[in-house]
Amino acid sequence: MSSLTISGLRKSFGVVEVLKGVDLEAKTGEFVALVGPSGCGKSTLLAMIAGLESVSAGEIRIDGRVVNSVAPKDRDIAMVFQSYALYPTMTVRQNITFGMESRRVPRAQQDEAVKRVAALLQIEPLLQRKPAQLSGGQRQRVAMGRALVRDPKLFLFDEPLSNLDAKLRVEMRSEIKRLHQRVGKTTIYVTHDQVEAMTLASRIAVMHKGELQQFAEPRTTYDRPANMFVAGFMGSPAMNFIPAEIADAEGATATIAGEGGQRLTLKLARPLANAGANRRIVLGVRPEHISLARSEGQNGKADQAVVPALVEIVEPTGAETMAELRLGERTIVGRFGADEAPRVGEKVSLAFDMTKACLFDPTSERLIG
Amino acid sequence: MVDAVLSARAVDPAAVQAARRYFLGRFGVYSFLTFFAFIYVLPLFVVVANSFRPLPEIIQNGLIGFPHSLSLKAWGQAWDTYCVGGTCEGMRHNFFNSLEMTIPATIISTMLGLMNGYILSKWRFRGSEILFTCMMLGVFVPGQLSLMPWAFILGNLGLSNSIAGLILIHCVQGLSFTTLFCRNYYISIPDDLIKAARIDGAGFWRIFFKIILPLSSPILIVTVIWQFTGIWNEYLFGVVFTAGRSQPITASLIGMASGGINVRVYDVMSAGVLIGAIPPLLIYFFGGRYFVRGLTQGAIK
Repeated sequence: MSSLTISGLRKSFGVVEVLKGVDLEAKTGEFVALVGPSGCGKSTLLAMIAGLESVSAGEIRIDGRVVNSVAPKDRDIAMVFQSYALYPTMTVRQNITFGMESRRVPRAQQDEAVKRVAALLQIEPLLQRKPAQLSGGQRQRVAMGRALVRDPKLFLFDEPLSNLDAKLRVEMRSEIKRLHQRVGKTTIYVTHDQVEAMTLASRIAVMHKGELQQFAEPRTTYDRPANMFVAGFMGSPAMNFIPAEIADAEGATATIAGEGGQRLTLKLARPLANAGANRRIVLGVRPEHISLARSEGQNGKADQAVVPALVEIVEPTGAETMAELRLGERTIVGRFGADEAPRVGEKVSLAFDMTKACLFDPTSERLIG
Repeated sequence: MVDAVLSARAVDPAAVQAARRYFLGRFGVYSFLTFFAFIYVLPLFVVVANSFRPLPEIIQNGLIGFPHSLSLKAWGQAWDTYCVGGTCEGMRHNFFNSLEMTIPATIISTMLGLMNGYILSKWRFRGSEILFTCMMLGVFVPGQLSLMPWAFILGNLGLSNSIAGLILIHCVQGLSFTTLFCRNYYISIPDDLIKAARIDGAGFWRIFFKIILPLSSPILIVTVIWQFTGIWNEYLFGVVFTAGRSQPITASLIGMASGGINVRVYDVMSAGVLIGAIPPLLIYFFGGRYFVRGLTQGAIK
């Protein structure tokens, strides 16, 4: 049973096409994150689901019903805005009950609903205050309360945490997660923060330039990204892309450029069948899949490829240390434990974990192995 | 140690010079300001003083001078016995005409401005920006350009020489200002509020009355003050489209100044001018600070 089904959805503002045919579906109780850089169309998509933007082409179904031309109030949705959009002249209680007042819900039922939500979000002491008297985190909570009180089919979140400071953001993030686990409502959550998407979502929809790049579980988008955009967007520091060439007819080895035009040969964990020798590919290696091969013994390990590199910059972050490493003509980033990080200027042997490496086609940028 | 510092400071020639320069600078600034304040206040003083001076004293001692004796006679004459254009009823009627014209015209034009501003900022439609630009022309087009069209319209509606006609004119002429004020104020109210309210199930009117209007008091005060004083002080339409007893007070003041065949009655004229000036003065006196605050304030702090 899906709560939300979107098929072939398009949106144009004049000649500018913002959404170019998006297909998406959320199962009942699922937490779907729409993630992508600014201008990718994720907020427009959310506004269209809410009914705040018209549909140029395609179809939106909520609980099986086509809602393309249904007014926002009749879609049985609730939304939390980035700016919280609390009504400034009303108290917290009035903010929460405004929707029920509009729908002429009986007073007794309203009081009960406010009580339930206030207890759930621990905002009972704030009910008589005006939004201007609340802190950022409290406003955020009230905004969620206003959405939760409705008991809708669908929850929509539009970058709800981006106005909070870093510490509060992490707290509210886990609170949203806890809330979703408790309430179990289908949720569509827009964010530009891939960490938020990874931590919260049961499935992530990565968007770019109005197109859905990949719609999959967080682990999959991270480990097996559908293309180079997803690979580069998910994860920080980003995945390293190294141009490579298939070295043999079986597609079991590849070469990359080393120091002074010299070619380094790497053994691929999964042979790229039918690729043909000399085919150009892009090797994607995440920073955490690069380790130091100090001892000669590690050299022979089947799933590791060892290359020499020069340490250019070391950036300790506390728990771990990032290092910029010079490999031939290009710089790659490695992520090391704080204790085992190399020193600046050091010449090191890097071991790539080839089982985790991704291979992309350089022209289509798609994942090929 | 402390003494040493104090005495050192007392004889420091640079510090003394700086203090003198500061004093001279201040003295210059305040003299300058006092001079201009005097120029601005003088006419008001002359008019107020003359309204309480008996006419013979004014003629004897000249227009500018302190009252030697106080008399309220001029006020009474100006209010209900002075003769203008053949009728000797003072300016009473004209004063009430002005109230009858200004209050409804202010209320109607303000309400229309609130509504226009709300629609043009929060319910935009294809062409709404062009429409707004067209309405803004009304801010820049001088009123005398529309004298002929208004004569035609009032004549056809049978509203010539009536307060209702002037109300209509001021509502329409004021619309571009009230719309401009309200629209520009509402622009600063986040659209997310409207979206949230739409999802909450509120419609056009409920959003206006429950969300927009409670946020509007600063701009409401600005618009009401602007319209009230503007309409009260307006003179051209009043002179052109009304006569005699139907005239608003600004128009009848001219009649008082130009209609006399005998000696200039400076005392009655001064009282008449003040009667005509009291309502806008009161409005500024009580609402002035809200006016400034409203002009500089955004919708959401």
